[in-house]
Amino acid sequence: MVEYRIDRGSGVPAYVQIVEQTERALRMGTLRVGDKLPTAREVVAATAVNPNTVLRAYRDMEQAGLVELRRGLGTFVTRSLARPGAEDDSPLRAELTAWTARARAAGLERADVLALVTAALDAYDNEQHSKEEDA
Amino acid sequence: MTGPDAPAALRATGLGFRYRARGGWALRDCEFTVPCGRVTAIVGRNGVGKSTLLHLAGGLLRARRGELRVLDVVPGTPEARARVALLTQDKPLYPRFTVADTLLMGEKLNTSWDRAAAENTVREGDIPLTARVGELSPGQRTRVALALALGKRPELLLLDEPMADLDPVARGEIMATLMTEAADHGTSIVLSSHVLPELETTCDWVLLLRNGRVELSEDADALRESHAVLTGHADQEELLTGPADRASLPTGPAGRTDTPAGRHTVVHRRVGVRQMTALVRQRGPLRGDWHVERPSLENILIGYLQAADPQGPALAERTEAAA
Repeated sequence: MVEYRIDRGSGVPAYVQIVEQTERALRMGTLRVGDKLPTAREVVAATAVNPNTVLRAYRDMEQAGLVELRRGLGTFVTRSLARPGAEDDSPLRAELTAWTARARAAGLERADVLALVTAALDAYDNEQHSKEEDA
Repeated sequence: MTGPDAPAALRATGLGFRYRARGGWALRDCEFTVPCGRVTAIVGRNGVGKSTLLHLAGGLLRARRGELRVLDVVPGTPEARARVALLTQDKPLYPRFTVADTLLMGEKLNTSWDRAAAENTVREGDIPLTARVGELSPGQRTRVALALALGKRPELLLLDEPMADLDPVARGEIMATLMTEAADHGTSIVLSSHVLPELETTCDWVLLLRNGRVELSEDADALRESHAVLTGHADQEELLTGPADRASLPTGPAGRTDTPAGRHTVVHRRVGVRQMTALVRQRGPLRGDWHVERPSLENILIGYLQAADPQGPALAERTEAAA
């Protein structure tokens, strides 16, 4: 079951943090279709956030079609965000893990790694974009 | 939700209170509605009337002007006493009583009593029932007082600075107990606090007091969404507040200029040589070149509290602007 961590200093509203963490778990495949989300009370007892915050996050996800509220049973995942290749044991993940190890060994800080990945991603997307325009 | 017919945890109309017949008004012209089922933070600087408001709601004081309703009934009446619990700052407990005696007293004094709820609250704090109240730490005493309040199974729980003199761990634990209570029973909670970071993820309604008046009574997410922190060149200020005929516009209760729709209200600002940073309540799209950040609830409340400081720079700036 997904466990939420609420960062009070981040400036990101708690309900947004809950939605984001659920989406991340869905992308990573740690949360799958049919899984039950913790009850509002369980989240509240674990994080001391306002219960209305949890309910709002669940309502937003229900409207987005990610989860479904079944009366008296709980809130269940109805749609997956997982992409093939994003699981923990996928080849892409393994390549990235190896690459990360090389980057760290080369002395790159966390911020450097993130900047490098973002730059590569931006360059790739730009290239694709201009190809589409040429076509 | 906040219409005149919706159930309200607190509703004030023209509420005024002073401690002595000829004394200054501790609260005046208070007009607000706090909906049921909310966790409300009463925020304001020392002496603005937070405790007075809670004591009025708890029925310990009586309004001199206007009226205050709790759960749509008059505070202090038998019905209100059965449905409302107030935890005052001094947490009146008998030091020579054991914890068990204290809870037994609660059971005897209240018409309905949830013994399990009271005992669980004490047990969650690892407080032995045989301990004497006088020997407990401040955090443990708060927990026992809270157990007395929760044993009543109130629909409305009023807490006057419940977290003062508690260590961070105890504060987190008490807050978790309060939030769980709200989740389990839909209890309306109204608490006063100076510890703003704690309110960030726990409160969904804010009641901000300034000099005995209510400045904000609003949903916390609505506040976050309607405010922005802008940083940019100081000469752009006119773009925020519109043309320079502000003096002709009506002045709000806080001395700030009320702006017509389409213009923004500058709550608080800091002006440097060229750069200015402003907390604004946004109405419509922004004009000008601003770096925009979404403020936390704490940022917003600090902005209002600073703007409300009569000795602070904000008023001097406003006076200048109005001149």
